[in-house]
Amino acid sequence: MSTYAPPQEQAVRQHSDPTDVFGIMAEFDNQEDLLKACANARDAGFKNMDAYTPVPIHGLTDALGWDDNSVQRVVFVCAILGMTLGFGLMYYITMIAYPMNVGGRPWFSWPAFVPPTFETTILLSAFGAVFGMIALNGLPMPYHPVFNNPRFIMASSDRFFLCIEADDPKFDLASTRKFLEAQHAQEVVAVEN
Amino acid sequence: MAAQDQALAPINTEHADPVLIQRHSNSTISDKISGVVLGAPTPKQWFVILGIAFLVLQLLPFSFGNLLLIGVGKFGINQPVGWGMDIINFVWWIGIGHAGTLISAILMLFRQEWRMAIARFAEAMTIFAVMCAGMYPVFHTGRPWLAYWLLPYPNTMGLWPQPRSPLVWDVFAVSTYATVSILFWYVGLIPDLATMRDRAKSLVTKFIFGFLSLGWRGSAKHWHRYETASLLLAGLSTPLVLSVHSIVSFDFATGLIPGWHTTVFPPYFVAGAVFAGFAMVLTLAIPVRKWYGLHDFITDRHLENMAKVMFATGMIVCYGYFLEVFMAWYSANPYEWAMLMNRVNGPYSHLYWALWICNGVSIQFLWFKSVRRNTTWLFIICQFVSVGMWLERFVIIPMSLHRDFLPSSWGMYYPSLVDWTMFIGTMGLFTFLMFLFIRGLPMISMFEMRTLVKKPAEAKH
Repeated sequence: MSTYAPPQEQAVRQHSDPTDVFGIMAEFDNQEDLLKACANARDAGFKNMDAYTPVPIHGLTDALGWDDNSVQRVVFVCAILGMTLGFGLMYYITMIAYPMNVGGRPWFSWPAFVPPTFETTILLSAFGAVFGMIALNGLPMPYHPVFNNPRFIMASSDRFFLCIEADDPKFDLASTRKFLEAQHAQEVVAVEN
Repeated sequence: MAAQDQALAPINTEHADPVLIQRHSNSTISDKISGVVLGAPTPKQWFVILGIAFLVLQLLPFSFGNLLLIGVGKFGINQPVGWGMDIINFVWWIGIGHAGTLISAILMLFRQEWRMAIARFAEAMTIFAVMCAGMYPVFHTGRPWLAYWLLPYPNTMGLWPQPRSPLVWDVFAVSTYATVSILFWYVGLIPDLATMRDRAKSLVTKFIFGFLSLGWRGSAKHWHRYETASLLLAGLSTPLVLSVHSIVSFDFATGLIPGWHTTVFPPYFVAGAVFAGFAMVLTLAIPVRKWYGLHDFITDRHLENMAKVMFATGMIVCYGYFLEVFMAWYSANPYEWAMLMNRVNGPYSHLYWALWICNGVSIQFLWFKSVRRNTTWLFIICQFVSVGMWLERFVIIPMSLHRDFLPSSWGMYYPSLVDWTMFIGTMGLFTFLMFLFIRGLPMISMFEMRTLVKKPAEAKH
């Protein structure tokens, strides 16, 4: 097996025009330092920032001062929709479209409709969970400025990144860089837009 | 490979029975697991098995050709046995799939860490098993090109499926199960596909993995929604997997045939499904772990835990067998009793007793820890279980049908050449797809394994 070598640090262009910059990115080699840096950045008043990690880290979104429960909402709506549509379909088939007397059972023999209704509920909820998560995350997104940092490919393997974005009201090329450098970061670079 | 293993830190012996041998860091995990796809030499066993599976798979065109050109009469079914190997194999394959969902969903809700190393693998097994299962009812309809008639849709004939029938419930259950299994599997793959994209050397591989990973960049906000979605999917899949085999069992339990008409079927079918599924996971995991040297990730503890689940569900299945005997006597129904006597002492009694040996006797060895940790014995017991679960479906389906209420309509059922070639052909297809999966996608979830890495300070206690 070929050994996997992290890419060498490349010279980063000096940015004179701040609009070229997506943000300033700090690299960490462990998640504790990242968590501390995120909490410090939140306490310093930064809002538009994101952390990039190879593993889900509990408490990281809290440290970033961000929370979201939109996936739950989407799934709930989809579940209600799946249940209604499923039961409605059974009702429509047996009562309106194709009424058939089966062993003298009542036309509206709803207990028999429960298993298929259950399945459609699960199906639409799962669609909501998967496609809702993907859409809310803004995926698929083949291009994103963070990939301009050549070391960013380590974010899917063993490095942890914090990026404070240029559209943050408190963002300033020099002072934000100084702030991140004070956070035990391995390396701080400006990321091009 | 050996040189690389030596470069790793010495094994931490403080954890006698870990779920991950603690000599790995985040990057060595990625190296090892992505390396299987991205460059490590493929073991020669992979080529051998894939080649054999591909040859066995060629039986499918033979049986499908027969069924399409001549018809469903080429199956061994006739009056009085209208459900033969097509339904036996359908139930068998669907049951095998259940272990994958159990591992990925139910064990996730119970926060079982040992689930992580085997979940991806088992989910792939679920998808391929359900694919194999789906072919049987489709071909059993006789006109597979009209299989979409099973679905409710407005048509010029003005016909609709009958939603009071468990067979229609089955269509909903199995198609939902297949869809949700694929979604769950794909969602689990997304972060790992991003790792593969970032590690791929060639442009083509980079493009393929980049395309499939949807541009995943490991953002904390994305992870947050991702974890919520995974947990919700696990919560949705748990009742789903229980419902699927329950509904499959309703196909029988709502019939009036002695041997089918019993309320014990749903739990007994679900337990049997998990039992057969774990046997299949072990059957695949034991050789693959050996060939790819994955002992650090799939430890003996994984095998032992799987053996325990298999043993527990096997004992539930045996309880179901006892209950069938008990109820035949306790119900005082002469037809039920005649059905039981036919099982014990009829023309197929050798299969009934073989069932007891495979599913009842062989698993008793799992009481011993030394057997649960011995890969050879475990592998042999798993083969008994797989055969036993097939026999169970034979005992339930044709053996109940071949002698019903009127002795004048009794008959025998013998599977035909087309039955056997289709069954063995789907086994070839399953193995073929499984081995393609192993070679083409990360077979162990890398990002979940990374969460198991202990930091040096933590490893002390």
